Amino acid sequence: MYDVIIIGAGVSGAAAARELSRYRLKVCVLEKEEDVCCGTSKANSALVHSGYDAAHGSLMAKLNVAGSAMMEELSLELDFPYKRIGSLMVCTSNEDLPQLQTLYSRGIQNGVKGLSVITGKEEIREIEPNLADDVVAVLHAASAGIVCPFGLNIAMAENAAANGVEFFFDTKVERIFSNKKEQSGFQVKTSKGIFETRCIVNAAGVYADVFHNMVSNRKIHITARAGEYCLLDKSAGEHVNHTVFALPTKLGKGVLVSPTIHGNLLVGPTAVNIEDKEDTATTREGLTELIEKAGMSVRKLPIRQVITSFTGLRAHEDNHDFLIGELPDVPGFVDCAGIESPGLTASPAIGLMVADIIREKLQPEVNPDFNGRRTGILNPNTLSKEERAALIAAKPAYGNVICRCETVTEGEIIDAIRRPLGAKSLDGVKRRVRAGMGRCQAGFCSPRVMEILSRELGMDMKKVTKNGAGSELLLGTNKDRL
Amino acid sequence: MKEYDIVVIGGGPAGLASALAAKENGIKDILILERDRELGGILNQCIHNGFGLHTFKEELTGPEYAARYIERVVDMKISYKLHTMVLDIRPDKVITAMNKEEGLFEIRTKAIILAMGCRERARGALNIPGYRPAGIFSAGTAQWLVNKEGYLPGREVVILGSGDIGLIMARRMTLEGAKVKVVAELMPYSGGLKRNIVQCLDDYGIPLKLAHTIIDIKGKKRLEGVTLAQVDENGKPVLGTEEEYSCDTLLLSVGLIPENELSGGMGVAMNPVTSGPFVNESLETNREGVFACGNVLHVHDLVDFVSEEAAVAGKNAAKYVKNQSENRVSAANSEEIVQDTKVCLKPVNGVRYTVPSTINPSRMEENQIVRFRVGAVYKNKTIGVYFDGEEVLKRKRMVMAPGEMEEVKLSKTMFLSHPNVQSITIQVEDV
Repeated sequence: MYDVIIIGAGVSGAAAARELSRYRLKVCVLEKEEDVCCGTSKANSALVHSGYDAAHGSLMAKLNVAGSAMMEELSLELDFPYKRIGSLMVCTSNEDLPQLQTLYSRGIQNGVKGLSVITGKEEIREIEPNLADDVVAVLHAASAGIVCPFGLNIAMAENAAANGVEFFFDTKVERIFSNKKEQSGFQVKTSKGIFETRCIVNAAGVYADVFHNMVSNRKIHITARAGEYCLLDKSAGEHVNHTVFALPTKLGKGVLVSPTIHGNLLVGPTAVNIEDKEDTATTREGLTELIEKAGMSVRKLPIRQVITSFTGLRAHEDNHDFLIGELPDVPGFVDCAGIESPGLTASPAIGLMVADIIREKLQPEVNPDFNGRRTGILNPNTLSKEERAALIAAKPAYGNVICRCETVTEGEIIDAIRRPLGAKSLDGVKRRVRAGMGRCQAGFCSPRVMEILSRELGMDMKKVTKNGAGSELLLGTNKDRL
Repeated sequence: MKEYDIVVIGGGPAGLASALAAKENGIKDILILERDRELGGILNQCIHNGFGLHTFKEELTGPEYAARYIERVVDMKISYKLHTMVLDIRPDKVITAMNKEEGLFEIRTKAIILAMGCRERARGALNIPGYRPAGIFSAGTAQWLVNKEGYLPGREVVILGSGDIGLIMARRMTLEGAKVKVVAELMPYSGGLKRNIVQCLDDYGIPLKLAHTIIDIKGKKRLEGVTLAQVDENGKPVLGTEEEYSCDTLLLSVGLIPENELSGGMGVAMNPVTSGPFVNESLETNREGVFACGNVLHVHDLVDFVSEEAAVAGKNAAKYVKNQSENRVSAANSEEIVQDTKVCLKPVNGVRYTVPSTINPSRMEENQIVRFRVGAVYKNKTIGVYFDGEEVLKRKRMVMAPGEMEEVKLSKTMFLSHPNVQSITIQVEDV
């Protein structure tokens, strides 16, 4: 019997797991995919929003500002990449100035610090030279930043695991039964058997409504809202210094252009409601729209430098707010639903809030062995030449470059595989150390990473997958059917 | 810090031939830096034949062709390091590299030959919509898996792009037991050599659909199928021409990009058309003593021409090193003379670029080969070469295509009869 079962190992589930590991609780995370960070958490704008966007008084606004304030310290504690670069909301018409002012005022109401409206072309150009020529004003948010979404999610999950939370992958929740006899607790039927628990945290992203509606009579509805993105080569990474948003106008919502924490340039997202909760396909219309819109706030965008494009699904709840709390009609079932943007930013605060709800309910003792520190995968590029030479002398695998575009060594890949909740697939390795994320998009390194996975995990090459069962990369051997 | 006369970046066909030429021209301290596990570069996975017809007048496989150069490199005691990744080249020719045995190390050199080759363009650069399942490989990655490791990436294959590697892989996959259903090419002409269309597609009954592209990719975990559509003259899909192909594998052969990240880092000026450095008649870049050859300079069709070009770079690098040591005391500023007499080559009217892009007549050999590509398919046209508007050469061509590199030979006598020539124009024109 578990005290808490968390459904979903995305950023919300991982944050909740880590916060719950501060207490003497038996906690597990059930994840249908083969790894953490496989849904909404892996495909988004990778931003730490300052918090002026969400409606004043909403849970979204509160947790956004709180999460943003926690991010820097958390990044040091959990050793994941985060950088406060500031954001600019670009206004290109005097007519739209009131909207910019509205956002500013809302930000102040929400408690966002470091906001200022800058007018005057000279001054604007000075802080961001490549903004569109017709820019008339910008809303500068100094507290906004960029983060590695995989890094944040994986770090919180690893730390939770190190503090005793169990993770079950490839474990899809199929049914949830309330224990009618004991008036409390649940039976959770999964693809890997039945789990029993006192409480459930529903952090299932776009599927959160499915689990909510399994147990509650007060139905909710979550729409998967697809957002397409283009990622540009690192040669374009310095095209802008801030995250650049376009002020929504009568002509619609613009797209953002932002440096990523790894030095690429990200353009996106579109917003299209879709029926299929797994539909992460990109579309011709979406990619065309991105290319057209990106030029509206940023000039001379080197759009030919696109190295990949992808679609993320936002878990959009009908009332457009986070739904976090114990269900009145289902005691012990805690929703963590509708976590769309700024969910990544808010995640540390979401984890805290969920843990507080559980703590009040179960009154657990504090876990005296909790250690909130986690050491990330060593990135040799951050070392001095001397340190790097010493590292290779001690561990020669750090001298063997596997991914040429991102200069990722065998040593880093081995670390990504061997650590707790380690990588089991090509995408798992990619999310942890960036092998295959560069300009050749894994052309050179994928066979080599496959070899390392096969060797480290003791599995046949033909069993190596891109992202879990069903995505095997090799289907046979030469002439095996001739 | 260890010092060399010449460091060659890359141990593929260009690196090997340039190192050999430098050695034959009297340079002793040469080092080849190779990031892979063996010398020979991409030739090692090109197990088909067709290599060496120009160089050796016989038909060799890729590994055989490479072996001829590797054996000579070993015989001539040219040193090389394998598994060695160059991380950075400074403008003062200090190279930072890394391998397992020596860790991170720096070396200084008098001259550098850039021979890093090229990489394949990936799906992301094409903006093909759809899912991102397993089963989408660049043709070269599939070639490595099949030819080097013996694994079949898939059984039902569609190939996008008719570059040579894609065509070669259509045949290879067929021979290994896969069914290659179609090769689709966006352009109205093939990107590969005519002989590969005949020998790799026609001979196996594999259809080639020109002016077609993939407009959708299906399958969430493993590829399940693609949608093909015809494109109009602007490359846009034509409504109503969609065709579904079920397949578990998509190979991409949609272009090669010279790998010039290191060159760019040291300030070498790049030609946006080739994505390779601008070079002069000596294949020297704008950085004195830095030479480039092979696919890092411009993408070639035939390795024979890579070897030929690389030998020129090696010879000139040797000349540079020798001049430098002779002139060290007198410090004759030969560079200024070079600048003064630089003749620019102008590719116009169908000619996309030229290598070299400038010629110094006083430095050129008896004959200067100028290589280029055309931008479309031309039938029964001529190539015209003009010195300041005056015709000096006309060459008839039955067929010219972007997939086949062209060349013209300029002789010293042409320059002698035009001593004050400022620019040379090369163009496609009617007969």
